[in-house]
Amino acid sequence: MTGLAGLSTPITMGIFLGGLYVLIALGLSLVFGVMKLINVAHGDWVIVGSYFAYTAMTMLGIDPFLSLVMGIPLLFGIGFAVQRFLLNRAFAVSLDAALLVCFGISIIFQNFCQIIWTPFSRGLKPPYALESFSIGAVHVPLVYLLDFIAALVVMLFLREFLRRTYLGKAITAASQDRRAAQLMGINTGRVYAFAFAIAMAVAAIAGVLLGLTFPFTPTSGVSFLILAFGVVIIGGLGSMMGTFIGGVILGLAQTLGGYFLGAAAQMLVAYILVFVVLAVRPQGIFGR
Amino acid sequence: MPQETLLKISNIDVFHGSFQALWDVSLAVRAGEIVALIGANGSGKSTLLDTISGLLHPAKGKIEFEGKDISAVDPFQVVELGITQVPEGRRVFPEMTVLDNLIIGSYNRKARSKREQNFKMVCELFPILKERKNQLAKTLSGGEQQMLALGRGLMSDPRLVLLDEMSLGLAPIVLNDLYKALREIRAMGITILFVEQNVRRSLREADRAYIMEAGRVVLSGDVAELREEEEVKKAYFGV
Repeated sequence: MTGLAGLSTPITMGIFLGGLYVLIALGLSLVFGVMKLINVAHGDWVIVGSYFAYTAMTMLGIDPFLSLVMGIPLLFGIGFAVQRFLLNRAFAVSLDAALLVCFGISIIFQNFCQIIWTPFSRGLKPPYALESFSIGAVHVPLVYLLDFIAALVVMLFLREFLRRTYLGKAITAASQDRRAAQLMGINTGRVYAFAFAIAMAVAAIAGVLLGLTFPFTPTSGVSFLILAFGVVIIGGLGSMMGTFIGGVILGLAQTLGGYFLGAAAQMLVAYILVFVVLAVRPQGIFGR
Repeated sequence: MPQETLLKISNIDVFHGSFQALWDVSLAVRAGEIVALIGANGSGKSTLLDTISGLLHPAKGKIEFEGKDISAVDPFQVVELGITQVPEGRRVFPEMTVLDNLIIGSYNRKARSKREQNFKMVCELFPILKERKNQLAKTLSGGEQQMLALGRGLMSDPRLVLLDEMSLGLAPIVLNDLYKALREIRAMGITILFVEQNVRRSLREADRAYIMEAGRVVLSGDVAELREEEEVKKAYFGV
């Protein structure tokens, strides 16, 4: 394979894989954008989503995507309750208190997963998980394409929801000026609960695609949280489109790094890119 | 015919943490009035507005609106009852369009059904907002932002508008337009309580005024009487 033709595989793979990172990062970005809270438990919510789909598949024979019919409302509901009854109360004390609550949730989720599903590695393996297809000379696993499509759909859905609906506008307003939003008759506690719930519903989707793409364990959430940080640092926290571009760039950095410098260096290249963005444009490419 | 008392504040004490910001403050606003709240920086004017809006709650005393005790009501419910605050520094949502700012103003349930009607009213009051409705709020000039803040408040279909430091940083010519708008708003039957540092202007535009000092109401009355009051002359006009 000559140079340029050989590049088409890592480029396609990078863009598609970036979709998975986008899905994981969208919820993190939304919660930070609205509440200025860094949800350090975000990766663990995603993994809970993966395990939920795993249980639905192994015990009930339900397809992972179909299981989202239950998984999304479940994480939405838990997310709503956690924000309403736990995080909103912590906010009344301080943002640091809410951060500590998130650390606590992270530890609880990890141990919960270990007790229920054991520490062994699992994966979502429906028949199509092993299929691949070709675009010209490029062979791509089907799930990578699904990662990308899901990321695009979810990102556009979130963006339009925030722009067009009353609730979406209220979330946007509360994120720009909480006090002014209160004075406009917005129940900011309730709006926060919806924002967090939506972010966790997205985590449920991310969990399914993560499980289809990679094996996972109860503690996998941490490494994917760090990846998601990378995505939002590159793209800019709080911007849906920025998160999307950031994810794709991180995916590309990883696969191109692997192509030129070998598999061992692929994450190194991705994180060096994160450092460069932090140094040159700390608010991110799309950040304000 | 005696006017209905719209807002009645009786002997409230308000704290910021352990610091007492308001001491035994009483105040009444009748329906249809323009009332000015005058005082130096830190005299408690904004604290009083925030307490009416429900951002702060009095430790002692009572706030009644249309006869209903609202001392412990949350800010978003206060808006639904018919009180809107146009905050100091305007605080429009900078990254949202002018139109979306106005739509957010009509967020409370009661105002949503009257959105079209109130939007038309705001556009007649401030035609520039209609012209710029698709621009981001941060791209407006200071005067236009103040018009947007006021228009956004009116979208909530209020009976009472609390207006905090409208004139801050604005040119006199822009202010004239804004005060003209206030008179039109009052003509629509909306009551106005405004906070202002410019004493001369306040005493010209309002029907009655309350003067605050160090968290207390020290003087109140019709503006005509207040203008003659020796204390006011000495303290604010330097004669």
